[in-house]
Amino acid sequence: MSAVWITVIALAVATAALKLVGPLVLGGRALPPRAMSVVELLAAALLAALVIVETFGDGRSLVIDERVPGVLFAAIALRRGVPVVVAVLGAAVVAALWRAVF
Amino acid sequence: MTASSLPDRTEPPKVRLRAGIHRGLPFGLAVFLIAASYGVLARPVMGTVAPIVMSIVVFSGSAQLGSLAILAAGGGAGAAIVAGILLNARYLAMGLALAPSLRGRALSRAAFAMPVVDASWAAASAGDGTFDPWYLVGVTVPQYPGWVLGTVVGVLAGSALGDPAKFGLDALFPAFFLALLFEEVRGRRKLAAAGGGAGIALALTPVAPAGLPILVAAAAAIVASRMRP
Repeated sequence: MSAVWITVIALAVATAALKLVGPLVLGGRALPPRAMSVVELLAAALLAALVIVETFGDGRSLVIDERVPGVLFAAIALRRGVPVVVAVLGAAVVAALWRAVF
Repeated sequence: MTASSLPDRTEPPKVRLRAGIHRGLPFGLAVFLIAASYGVLARPVMGTVAPIVMSIVVFSGSAQLGSLAILAAGGGAGAAIVAGILLNARYLAMGLALAPSLRGRALSRAAFAMPVVDASWAAASAGDGTFDPWYLVGVTVPQYPGWVLGTVVGVLAGSALGDPAKFGLDALFPAFFLALLFEEVRGRRKLAAAGGGAGIALALTPVAPAGLPILVAAAAAIVASRMRP
């Protein structure tokens, strides 16, 4: 089997396993209050890290390219209460224009 | 807005599912475009069929784009798999967080856990550590066909379109996560968790393998949880 298909199958199994471990092992039991207060904050921490990696990451280095003005546009638009879809698609338009011009 | 945009828990599942679908529609469009750029990039490396199958069975932008980058650079399956697992390791944390909100038999809990993707998990978070499982599934409903169809379009139209970055599609992914972050961050502790997560990601990206910075960023939630609300 080729490396491509091994990757596809292994990541399908691994992703399902990662998603299922918590719900199958913990079941519907409640987490202790201390753990619950960490869980409340997980989304904010993980999403912020994803924004950073997807905006500045390029393999193992940090770069500043046309994604930055795109994401800045999205930040300003979201701050002003612009609908999500407009802010997100606007980021792509700004990045494309930036890339075309500079 | 996260808490207030969720339907009341006493509403029947159908209503909460429908509210989730409505919420997921713009995400469906965004992931369609991200998947199309994945398809364009994947075709020369993976061929025509494998990227589409991967979108059907893996359904994860970060793992698919991350493993593709390694295969494209000539890395082997082992390195591509490790990168994909690291990039998706956050699903372990998300699953643990979601678990107490799921009731019923193992099979039904699994059925609610499998549709978890970043946007749905974040949108279904009530902000107090609990989740609305029906709403979560609803938010995923438009995203799954968007992801698979986008991949098909990208793979088929790829050579005609050229580099997806030309259309700014590389800015879609971070803007998409930023939109989710904006709705999530309410209050001092969440702001601290977000700031800490961002700082950890900035510090670790140059030194750690892809995916690890995002996973370690979860530590910011532990630190921020010790703050007073």
